[in-house]
Amino acid sequence: MLNIIGHKNIFLGISAVLITVAVVAVVLFGFRQGIDFAGGTLWQFRIANNAPATDDVESFFTSNLNTNEAFVTYDPANNSFIARLPAVSEADHQKLLGALKGKYASFDEAGFQSIGPSVGNELRKKAVIAIILVIIGISLYVAFAFRKVFQPVSSWTYGFITLLTLFHDVAIPAGMLALLGHYAQIEIDGNFVVALLVVMGFSVHDTIVVFDRIRENLLLDRGKTAFAELVNLSVNQTMARSINTSLTLILVLLAIYFAGPPSLHYFVLTLLVGVTTGIYSSIFVASPLLVLWQGRKK
Amino acid sequence: MRKNPLVVLFLIFLVAITAAFFIYPKSFGAKFMPWRLGLDLIGGSHLVYSVDLSQVSGGERDSVLNGLRDVIERRVNLFGVSEPQVFIAKSAGQDQLIVELAGITDVAQAIKEIGATPLLDFREVEVSGSSTEFIRTNLTGRYITGAQLTFDPNTQAPQVSISFSDDGGKIFEMMTEKNVGKPLAIFLDNQLIEMPTVQEKISGGQAVITGRFTLDDAKKLVERFNAGALPAPVTLISQQTVSPTLGSDSLKKAALAGIVGTLLVMVFMIAYYRMFGVYAAFALLIYILLTLAAFKLIPITLTLAGLAGFILTIGMAVDANILIFERMKEEIKKGLSRTTAIEEGFRRAWPSIRDSNTSTIITAIILYYFTSSFVKGFALTLLIGVLISMFSAITTTRLFLHIFVRDKKIPVTTSPKS
Repeated sequence: MLNIIGHKNIFLGISAVLITVAVVAVVLFGFRQGIDFAGGTLWQFRIANNAPATDDVESFFTSNLNTNEAFVTYDPANNSFIARLPAVSEADHQKLLGALKGKYASFDEAGFQSIGPSVGNELRKKAVIAIILVIIGISLYVAFAFRKVFQPVSSWTYGFITLLTLFHDVAIPAGMLALLGHYAQIEIDGNFVVALLVVMGFSVHDTIVVFDRIRENLLLDRGKTAFAELVNLSVNQTMARSINTSLTLILVLLAIYFAGPPSLHYFVLTLLVGVTTGIYSSIFVASPLLVLWQGRKK
Repeated sequence: MRKNPLVVLFLIFLVAITAAFFIYPKSFGAKFMPWRLGLDLIGGSHLVYSVDLSQVSGGERDSVLNGLRDVIERRVNLFGVSEPQVFIAKSAGQDQLIVELAGITDVAQAIKEIGATPLLDFREVEVSGSSTEFIRTNLTGRYITGAQLTFDPNTQAPQVSISFSDDGGKIFEMMTEKNVGKPLAIFLDNQLIEMPTVQEKISGGQAVITGRFTLDDAKKLVERFNAGALPAPVTLISQQTVSPTLGSDSLKKAALAGIVGTLLVMVFMIAYYRMFGVYAAFALLIYILLTLAAFKLIPITLTLAGLAGFILTIGMAVDANILIFERMKEEIKKGLSRTTAIEEGFRRAWPSIRDSNTSTIITAIILYYFTSSFVKGFALTLLIGVLISMFSAITTTRLFLHIFVRDKKIPVTTSPKS
């Protein structure tokens, strides 16, 4: 049996460092907002023969659109370019399209997405509403799941710690995206919000499985064993299912990440980091916190 | 069910095999009911227009919006796109018109045609000294019911004769009555095309635009009026176009990811839980077939996000199996016979299965009701997947175990129920 509770300070320390980094990154850098939030254009195209340097394509856009907000990336695997531009009107789109086709003979438009700022504002509002509702929904669910009080820990403590681990599991992937936004120009879009909400759902039920077992053992034990020892036993008993249920999800996420379409890349990455963090927190964070909380009270 | 598990299992297999034929995109499955794929998978254009209703009085907004949708639908139908979707949406207090054109190759042309739909209105003219002022009236293209190409009997120049609806005819009558002897301006797309002087009150709801049309221009205008003039101006505020190659590429990659993911999960389950894992793998296969069949039957328009949601549920569908098997292991350790342990495992794992899916269900429902179309596809497949998996993982696995697992030795007769 692993002595998780005995080493709780190490595990909680790791989490504390990661959370601090994540929160600092989010506060310091914020997120780089994608076109569906901020408005703008995402233009995907292929130039099969003599693919030009991204700098060349970039300067084409900056000079033609009179802007310095043009970023072009190249994906050699698909021979495809992605240009991130300010909002482009349909007339300008056609003008640029003609010019590009003239400049590069094998130019082939794969996708064009231009979103006005008002649409973006609306989506941002909806995303915030969805996040708030999910947090409320999950909190109500947690309150319901822990409605029966068992000593020595009151039910609201379970609920509070469940929400703490939820914050933990969401903050780390969010921090990662803030760092990626700052250092690699990766943008967050609607998918990112969805990924975080899905992570919230998983995080909560993973934690609940462990806490359920703690309560069950408390009931059977009737105070014979020390609380810390009992928690450690419960974590060990539920460890296999905690890991395995998330592991199967991680397997399909890895499949999508490596074999799936590139447009789902960062969506899946956010989920991967969130779900992995979720495994860690349900074993190494939630229960140690419970013991720590209990210890302070005595 | 307990009486004859073999029959039930046989039935489930039969349904699963039928489902397999049904979802296969070729031969039988294609003929019966083709898959509905989103624009991001077959290629196409998603256009969002904002509608300017500032010239429309409050009570008439709905009818104007519906008229606008009908007009654009007819317009779009002229391109020969299969199943174009045109619908009205309200976003941030702004009325929007959303046009979805699937499998279209020349999007630029389509956008042009939609935008080129004529916006006709009649304006009163007020001349004061050398300046001329045009005053907008409420007689616009929305009152036009039809148009015809005619020729001026004197000059043989092409003209466009338009007919107004009853209401439009009355407005036109009043307006001409009021303006006898004065000019009346006809604007097309905010351009003055003609300013005839009203000779007398015109009743009967007919008007002729003479302009200086070429035959081609006049013909086109008639065609467009017959498809309908736009009752309110629209502006393209957002567009999303995916080429058919990129779409099919995404579809292939998502399908590959789904297959790889399924195999990984199956291999893991068998490696970790051995024979039990084999049952779980079969149950997973049945889950996949049933869920895809359900998507097709409902029917759900499958988008890339929807596929992603479905692939996620493949990883989650075995959760129930894992919870049950882990519980069974514990029961066997306690000394229960295998068959009793199975029953106990199912009984005790059920609350965890229900609870663990609840938070996902909450998330999916909220996502479905409060977000954009992309997210809706994801939320819907996630929700349906989780619901079906709760049934399939439990029922089918239970049947397998019921039929194939026998106690090795003489079973322990006293099964302590707790």
